[in-house]
Formats: sequence, structure tokens, C-alpha cells
Amino acid sequence: MTTEVGPETEVKKESEQLGADAVNEKREEATESQENQKSEKTLSEEAQSTPSPELATQSSPSSQKKEKDPPEGKGISRFIPPWLKKQKSYSLVEPKDEAKKKPVEERQAAEERESQLPEDIAQPKGNLEEATIESQQETKKNDKEEEKHSVSSADTQPAKEDNKESEAEKVANEQEEQQKVEEKRETKEVQTAEIKLEKAPQKALKKIKTVPCKVMLLDGTEYSCDLEKRAKGQVLFDKVCEQLNLLEKDYFGLLFQDNSDQKNWLDSSKEIKRQIRSLPWLFTFNVKFYPPDPSQLTEDITRYFLCLQLRQDIASGRLPCSFVTHALLGSYTLQAELGDYDSEEHNNHYISEFQFAPNQTKEMEDKVVELHKTHRSLTPAQADSHFLENAKRLSMYGVDLHHAKDSEGVDIMLGVCANGLLIYKDRLRINRFAWAKILKISYKRSNFYIKVRPAELEQFESTIGFKLPNHRAAKRLWKVCVEHHTFYRLVSPEQPPKAKFLTLGSKFRYSGRTQAQTQQASNLIDRPAPYFERTSSKRVSRSLDGAPVGITDQSLLRDFSAATVGPAGDIVFAGEAVGQTKLKNGEGRDVNGSPTKIPQLELTQDEKSLEEEITSILFSKEGFSTSMKSTFTSSTARTAEGTVVKDNVPSEMLSASPFLQLPEKLASRAEGPCTAASDADKSSHETLNIVEEKQQAEVGIEETVVIDEINRGKMQAVTGAGETRKVEHLSKKDSSSLSSDSSSSSSSSSESEDEVVGEYQPHHRAAEDIIREEQEENEDAKRKEECATKVIQSVETVQEGSKVTVEHTQVTAKALAQENAVAIKTGEKNVMEEGKQDLRAEDEEEQLKINGDGSHVDIDVVPQIICCSEPPVVKTEMVTISDATQRTEISTKEVPIVQTETKTITYESPQFDGSSGGDAGVLLSAQTITSESVSTTTTTHITKTVKGGVSETRIEKRIVITGDADIDHDQALAQAIKEAKEQHPDMSVTRVVVHKETELAEEGEE
Amino acid sequence: MAGLSSSSSGGGGGGGWSLGRCSHAVVRALPESLRQHALRIEKGQEVDFARAEREHQLYVAVLKSKLGLQVLELPADESLPDCVFVEDVAVVCEETALITRPGAPSRRKEVDAMKKALESLNLNIIEMTDENATLDGGDVLFTGREFFVGLSKRTNQRGAEILADTFKDYAVSTVPVYDSLHLKSFCSMAGPNLIAIGSTEAAQKTLKTMQQMSDHRYDKLTVPDDAAANCIYLNIPGKGHVLLHRAPEEYPESAKVFEKLKDHMLIPITNTEMEKVDGLLTCRSVLINKTSEL
Repeated sequence: MTTEVGPETEVKKESEQLGADAVNEKREEATESQENQKSEKTLSEEAQSTPSPELATQSSPSSQKKEKDPPEGKGISRFIPPWLKKQKSYSLVEPKDEAKKKPVEERQAAEERESQLPEDIAQPKGNLEEATIESQQETKKNDKEEEKHSVSSADTQPAKEDNKESEAEKVANEQEEQQKVEEKRETKEVQTAEIKLEKAPQKALKKIKTVPCKVMLLDGTEYSCDLEKRAKGQVLFDKVCEQLNLLEKDYFGLLFQDNSDQKNWLDSSKEIKRQIRSLPWLFTFNVKFYPPDPSQLTEDITRYFLCLQLRQDIASGRLPCSFVTHALLGSYTLQAELGDYDSEEHNNHYISEFQFAPNQTKEMEDKVVELHKTHRSLTPAQADSHFLENAKRLSMYGVDLHHAKDSEGVDIMLGVCANGLLIYKDRLRINRFAWAKILKISYKRSNFYIKVRPAELEQFESTIGFKLPNHRAAKRLWKVCVEHHTFYRLVSPEQPPKAKFLTLGSKFRYSGRTQAQTQQASNLIDRPAPYFERTSSKRVSRSLDGAPVGITDQSLLRDFSAATVGPAGDIVFAGEAVGQTKLKNGEGRDVNGSPTKIPQLELTQDEKSLEEEITSILFSKEGFSTSMKSTFTSSTARTAEGTVVKDNVPSEMLSASPFLQLPEKLASRAEGPCTAASDADKSSHETLNIVEEKQQAEVGIEETVVIDEINRGKMQAVTGAGETRKVEHLSKKDSSSLSSDSSSSSSSSSESEDEVVGEYQPHHRAAEDIIREEQEENEDAKRKEECATKVIQSVETVQEGSKVTVEHTQVTAKALAQENAVAIKTGEKNVMEEGKQDLRAEDEEEQLKINGDGSHVDIDVVPQIICCSEPPVVKTEMVTISDATQRTEISTKEVPIVQTETKTITYESPQFDGSSGGDAGVLLSAQTITSESVSTTTTTHITKTVKGGVSETRIEKRIVITGDADIDHDQALAQAIKEAKEQHPDMSVTRVVVHKETELAEEGEE
Repeated sequence: MAGLSSSSSGGGGGGGWSLGRCSHAVVRALPESLRQHALRIEKGQEVDFARAEREHQLYVAVLKSKLGLQVLELPADESLPDCVFVEDVAVVCEETALITRPGAPSRRKEVDAMKKALESLNLNIIEMTDENATLDGGDVLFTGREFFVGLSKRTNQRGAEILADTFKDYAVSTVPVYDSLHLKSFCSMAGPNLIAIGSTEAAQKTLKTMQQMSDHRYDKLTVPDDAAANCIYLNIPGKGHVLLHRAPEEYPESAKVFEKLKDHMLIPITNTEMEKVDGLLTCRSVLINKTSEL
């Protein structure tokens, strides 16, 4: 350990510096503080040269600097792309690192930022108190800030705390300003901030990984920026809207193309990298919800963007219109973009630069010119309004088309629009289902179903099925339906559904604002009409021909980034800080030995967010799942931030800006015994050291080891200072998924990108609707069973109970570590976790039971024996009618049969101890972790029990492999098992249960 | 379709964004051959040709004199017994005219004269040349907001598709027609947003289908007699809402329903002879609204 300490410390430093750099960058952007590069360099150098403790003193908050050096600030740096700055700082740092340490560090540094925290502590500085550590962190932060602001280090010392505060305030102010502009902004920005925070602690330290991102805007220009790798969709979307100066943004969204060239809406509540699997990140900014009455939009600029979208739609043929309409709309376009017709200026050629229709003829152009002349004196805004008044009446306005087949295999199109679902065959509308008529929307594999309220004279609801090209398309359609229904029909978004245990369906819900809400918000917009330039639609229409594409410099984004990015930078630190805090807390607990303090711990300064988190946890316990995840993570992120703040402001209160939480407060409030942030006990250091050692010992450890408070509370002996911890990451190694979510409840685990089924029962809050859902339940249950069976389970059981106590402990520790690791991954490594665990613990018992039951499929068999149950065939009868014609005539004409084949195979190893049965024992902890990848969803249940002094850790993984024919399931299964083994090399696989459900109708689909 | 018989022709589209606007009308004289050879669903009474001519002259007179429309009168063609029913051979909406491909082969040549007439009005002419497509104008109901196309013995899916391609601005929904010759054999527009509908089960069912398919909410005017539900609504500057409906002598109960429309100028039209060969009011004219003079 000692030997390694050195390197690690270095690593830590490096990472910190890197982190600091990142922070700086962000800060710069965020604060808009302008320092020139020069100053930056100097500062960074200084920072490097100065020992960490010293640095701490130097710290000067950005705000201060801002105030002090505002004039200086506006320099070249503004125009320097962040990455440039980054590099710079990197280079500076590196030399230092080298001097201090070596290559090993480099390698680890990248991977182990998180772990570094503990390492830091473990370092030679072990003696240093926590305060020191904090100060270090602060220093780093400060350094960064200094760099930015070019403030001298000397003056800042005393002001450290103040600085922090001011910084916080500053951020807050910025936010407020923006909020003023838009009420909504506040929340959104907060979100973004959270998101960033969330990520930062994990990865920012490592590599500050950013991903170049390009968004094609409606005017044909391109907006590019670098996004943190783990950024959520909202971050990007907000950036783009900021860039566009767009406030009524709920009508818009970002599209990306998936592997199969299908366009998908970026879910703003999810990480981008989870949604778009390929690089580079390319998006188009588009109208997502077409306002039925554009005249009700508040701002001209919003109408302008809608016009641009419609011009695209029309020119591309997506929005068909007649010759006359093409000409009329084209003439309004000319009026808006060129102004009054000028016979001199507007010769015959000016018009052919524009594209008004997919197939534009001279005749049409003549007509356009003719009409253009009649629009004299219309202002651009008026011309846009006229344009929209005509465009909105087009029958395909706002209709989102999806290819499908009806029950007879006939090609049809499903159109989702404001009023409901339209069914087209070729260009003809053959049926229509208003939202009011739809009781439930669901999909299963590649089938999409709607359950329709009985018609006037009918008695029974009917379910209508459509076949989509693949299950992704089905899910896409389902999501779009859910979103449209919510947006246009509900007053406020629906709560995500309560998840029942083992529900595999998607919990996706539209999380944005509804039309009603956005209209309300729009009414509050109180800003002078923003100036904007109407770019010529020539570019739009001809951009494919290589028209010049404007590239937006990042500097344009500064305003925005000030609000969001800045805090994110802090996050980086937060990560470390959190880690430390946690450790401390853990210690405190040890001392106390009472886990009961959890609630207190969670009361950080930002009580709100914490409360939220708690709430969500509770929810999760009860089975809420979908939003849970995001809520949880986000709140965690906040906490992390709070921690960050803490670093900077040792013991003072911070302003209540949402971004800034007082770590200090956290710590102090959390536990009296738990030493305040500033003082650390030796014991804690010891612990840290131990941890460090372990980490080093372990190869390929990516995640940080965290001490589990609960564990300590219960097993004090184990928790002793000398205890070793193993770090393992469950999710990281997870095959295809780099990301893993820790879900707080077992039920939430099923949420994934690729879930097989999804259900959505529109709750019509609109006054008119009354919903009766009688047989719903039964059906649901049925369906769920079906999907539940489609699971590939692999169970790993480890029984190390027979080993010596020490090992024993290890096992326990390991499990805990895993837990933590996961949490860390998700950026949730913080105090909150304690609460989580507690809650979980309660859950555990339930889960355990359920799990036991859940394995019902499993059959205890002789090892290596494959037990194949006869494939039961589930026949689902479904009335499929896609055509109004048919419907009126026959209500149950076609009864397509969906056949599914279910197969269960159980492999069991001889060592199997029957532990799966959930033998009596004391349950120590249990948890569920979910990770997703392209085609698999992995749910990991970890349960630890103590039986007669022997502890046993049992990990049960449930891997759902979904996909179309193109997925090799056997391979996927093999891969999953392999990975499981790799992840837990010291554990043995005791049982594998394969559950295969195939839809016979569809080959290869499983 | 079992029966053969004449279909009628008549004015199809409404004008512009506002239903019923109308400046021109195309009509055609009836040939003597109508009496013997016009297609009809079921054999019935013989047509009194002289009386039929009188009725038609009255009809044209109403359009021309009473309503002040510019009426193009095409001469009869003895080789085309059903040529008086011009509605079936053209669908006009705004400045665009779709020359149809009538479902009855014997009527295909009727389009030639119509095409010339519409060309003379400088409309954008689209011809339905696809040999798999058939469409009778009598199956096309334009509500001012959208089209409904009855899929009948005379009109098929392909024909409807072409109509949809022609009038791209509008939704085109298809509805099945079971017991009648045409969609408009039992319904028509009686005002903006007002659908006149017969009271037979088939008619009511079709109306429900149309209501389900539409994003708009239409009012309905139910009349006891299906045939009486075929009326002509016009919106003539200076005259306001005008409704040509079947005379009380023919359908007294239905006439009473129309008479409740207080806002409309009601003009009863007698149509006894033409109805014998399945001709209704809308069948005998194509109504056009020319906004810009060329």
C-alpha cells in the first residue's frame, strides 16, 4: 500500500487537475468571465506549482474575479474553443505529473478518478485532515477559476469562503436572469446542471470526455458543440434553443437517425449516448408537435421556425399540397424573406433559387411571382402568419407517418397527429381513432395495438393490431403516440406508471410540457420581440446541393453555458468531494454504529432536492420506476454539487442557489459524530488507505471503492479499520453497455431501451372523457406474464461462507463495493446512497421472496442436464381491424393468432446449495441493478445473507435479450454468461435458466 | 351494382375554402336514348322524356336565371344515354378539375366534352388515365374541408387514390357504399358543416363512418328519404345560403325538414323522371367557382 500510495496520489492530483481544467473550462463558459489565455496559463502554472494546501488558500471565486477583473476578462479567451483551453491545461499538468509520478498513474488516472478520492486520502497526506483534502480540492477549483480570471492567487486566500458564496450567487444570478426571461428556464437549467453534475463526478475526472455534436438547424445552418459524454438530451436541446433564442420550445425536438436510418426523437430525460449509439452525434432540430393553431403562438420567432420547418416539409414532399397551395405558400415565403416584390431587383431568376415544391415547374414559379406581387406591404411576420394559416389547413399538417401493415399484411401508414391516430392506405384515409376513443396503446415486439372504446352501439372494446417493420419501429410509434396524446390532450403530463414487480414493459412517458402548459407559459413571456434574421430559404431547400452551411462558433453559446456548464465544472470536484464525504460519513457511522442517521445525512443544504430524492426512493420502493431513475440520479447529482460547494466554502452557508449545496452543512447535519468536513479522524484515513490498497491490488478496477455505511453499522468488526475492500464494478464490465443504472427498485430494473412491450393507457383528464377499463387488468396480467417469460436468466450464487471469517468479510465488502461501484457509475455515489440502501433493505425481503418465486421457472435438476419443457403455445386472439370499412361491417372478422413459443431450459451446477430457495438467514442487504445495452437489459439482484455466521452473497442476474431476427440470441446468451463470469471471477455460476419466448409468426424474433 | 342504370352526373366540388361558392356551372342536355338505354339499378317505370326535358330545363333555368351562374350547356350525345349526368365525369375543387374514369364503361366517352368545357374555363385539368381506376363523381362528397369517397360499384380504391393525389391539400377518406349506387345517393352537403343524410340504416351507418374519420365535427340533417338527402347547397354572393332540394310533391316529409332551415333560400326542384334512371339533383351539374378571370 505504501508504495503505491505515491503513484496514486499523483494520479489523484492529475485527475484533480484535469477535473479542475474541466471545471475551468466550464466555468469560463458559464460565468462568461473573460480571461485571456495568458492569464489562464499563468494561473494554471501557479496552481500546479503550488502544493495543494497552498492552493486552497489561493482560491478566488469566479464571481469575485469577475467583479474585479471584468475588463480584462473580455479577451481572446472568449473565442477560444474550450477544447483548446483544455489541452493547454492538460499539457501543463502533465509535466507536473511526470515530475511527481509515472506512467502507471496515467493509466489509472484515467480510469480511477473516482477512486482517487480515497486514494488521495490514503496518500502520504494521510495525515492531513479532511480539511486539507477539501482545501486541496478547493484549491484546484480555485486554480481553475484563477486561470480563468487571471486573478492573482495571493489576494484570494481570505476570501475563499466568500468567493464560494459569491460564486454561488453569481450562478444563481445568472440563472435568475435567464429565468426571468423564461419561467421555464429555471427548471430546465437546473436539470441540465444536474445532469452535468451527475456525470462529472464519474467521468469528468477521468477524461472529461466530450463528444462533438452537431445539430442541423432549421435554417440550414449547423450548430456544433462539445457535449459531455454523459450529457442528457435536455442539455443539448437547451443549448440549441438558447442558440436560437427560442422560448416556446416545447413544440420542438431533436431528431437523430438510428442504425437503420430511422429517425428518432431524442429523449431529453435520458443520456444522449444511450440513445444514439454511433458517432458522431448528429441531430436535426425539428418541430415535434405542430401547433394546431399557429396564430396562438406568442412569439413571431416561434412562428418563424415553424415556417422553416413547414417549408422543409413541403419542399421534401412530406407535407403534400396542391399546385395552387404550393404557389401561394411560396409567395408568402418570398414576401417574408425578400419583402415586397421589386420588378427590378426580382428578375426572373431570383425565384428559381427557392424551392417551393418537390417538383417545381416554371409554371409554378410564375404563379408564385404573380402571387408575390399581391402581397405588397405585408411584413415578414405577417407573411409568415399567412403562410401558417394556409399550411395548417393542409390535411397532413402535423401528421407523423409510420409504415405498418394491417392484419392482412397490406401496407398502410399510421399517422399520429394532434387529434389521434390516422390510418392511411396509400394516400387515402381509411380510418381514424381519436384520442378520446383510445383506451390503451401498447406494443409488443413488432406489433402495435390500440384498444378502442366500443362504438355507440357496440358493447365491447376492441383491440386493433398493426404490424410494424420491427420492434424498434413499434416502440417508436408507441412513444410518439404517448407523447402526442399527452401533449395535445392532457393538461399536465402523466405520472409514470406504477410498476409491478417483474413488469418488463416500458415506463416511458412524455416528460415535457403539454400544449396547455406551454401555452400558459407562453403567456408569461415578457420580453421584447427578439430580433432575428430570416435567412433565405434558398439555403434550406438547396442545402443538399452543397449550399454553404453556417457553423456556429461555440463562443456564441457562452451565455448559455454560463448557466449550465459552469456548475457542471464544479461537479468534477464534486465527485471527489462526495467520495470523501461519503467516506467520512461512513466513518462517522462506524463510530456511531447506527444507520438511523441516514435521514439527517440527506438533509443537505438543498433540502429540496434531497427531499425529492428521498421521496423518489420511497416511491421506488413502492414500485415507481421510470422516472425514478432519472429523479434519483439527478438529485444525486445535486448532492454532488453541494459537495463541491462545500469544498470551496469550508464551513459557511451558501446561497440557496439550486446548484450549490453546502457539503459542509451536509456533513454536519448528517452526523454530529461524523466529523465535520474539515476534520477527519485518523481512522478514516486508515480506512481509506485500506481501500486504496485493495484497489491497487485489483486489476482493472475502474470504479471507486466506497465504504458502505450500512455494512459498517451492522458488522462493525468487519468494518474495522484494517478491513479491505474490493472494488468491483458490475455494470462497467457489462458487456455491451458502458452505462448502468442503479435502479432503486427491482421493478424499475425493467426499464430499458429495448423492452419488449410497452403499455400506455391514456388517462384522459380532459373533461369529456370517461374511461372504463374493465378487463384491462386481466389482459395486462396476461401480457405481462408473456413477457416475463421471455427472459434469459442466469443465476450466480457464491457461497463463501465456509471460508474464514476474514474472507467472509471480504465477500461482504465486495458486495457492498459492487453496490457502490454501481452507484458511482451513475454518479450517485454520495450520502444519499445510505438512504437508498436502507430503503432497499426493506425492499430486499420482498424482493428476495419474489426472487425466489421468480425462479419458479427454474427446475432443480441434475447438473448439466438440460430440461426442456414442452413449448407451451400461447395463443392470443386479437381482433384486428384497420379499416373503417371492415369495422362497420364486421366486428370480428379477422382473428389473427399471435403464437408464441416459450421454452425453459435450466442448467444447474452440482454445487448448488439450494440457496436459491432463500434459506433462512439474516438478510444483510439486497439490491437491484439494471443496465441496458443495445439489445440486452441486465437486472442484477444482489442479496447478502448471513447464516450462522457465514455470509453468503448471491447474485442473480436477469438478462433480457430482445431484438429482431438479426440478433444471435445464443451468442448473446453466451456473451452474457461470459461477462458474468468475468465480472465475478471468484464466484461460480450455479445455475442458468434460459427462457425463450418466440413469436412463431415472426422468424428469428425472440 | 347488380342493376344497370344510369348514374347521374352533376356538380361536384364546392368552391375554395368556403363551401358552395360558385360562379359557373356545366350542364348537358339529355339525349333521347336516355329513355331506353340509360343505366339504371332496377327496372322501373318508363321515363317520360318530354317531362324529363322540362324538368331539366327548369333546373338549368334556376342555375342560370335565378342564381345568376354562368352556365355552360353541352349538347346531348345520343351515343351516350347517361350524358346528362355530368357530375360523374368531373370533380372540380377550386381551380383544379379531375376528369374521372367512370365506373360504367359505357360512360367513359362522356368525359371528352366535359374536358373541353373545363379547359375553356382555364382550370387545371387532371385526367384519370389509370386503367385500373374508376371513379364516379357521384361518389365524391366534398365538405369544404375534406373529401369522402364512396367505394361503390362505380368507384374503386385506385380511383380514390388518384383523387387524393389530385387534391393534395385535403384529406381524402374512403367510406364503403353498400346498397346504393353512389355515396351521394343518400347524402350531400346542405350547408357549411352540415351534412344532409337519409334515414336508412345504410345511410346512417355511412354517416357514422364519415364522422369517425373526420377531424371535424359536422352537423347532420336527417331527412326521411334517402333520395331527398341529395340536395345542392350554394353560397351565392348577394343571395346567401341557397339550397336546391326535392319538391314537396315528391318527398313531402323530407321537404318539411328542409323547410326548417331558416337561413337558407330554399328552391324546390322536381326530379321525378330522372330519378327513374337514378339521377338526383347533384348529378346534373358540375359547379365551379372561378375566382380569377382569365
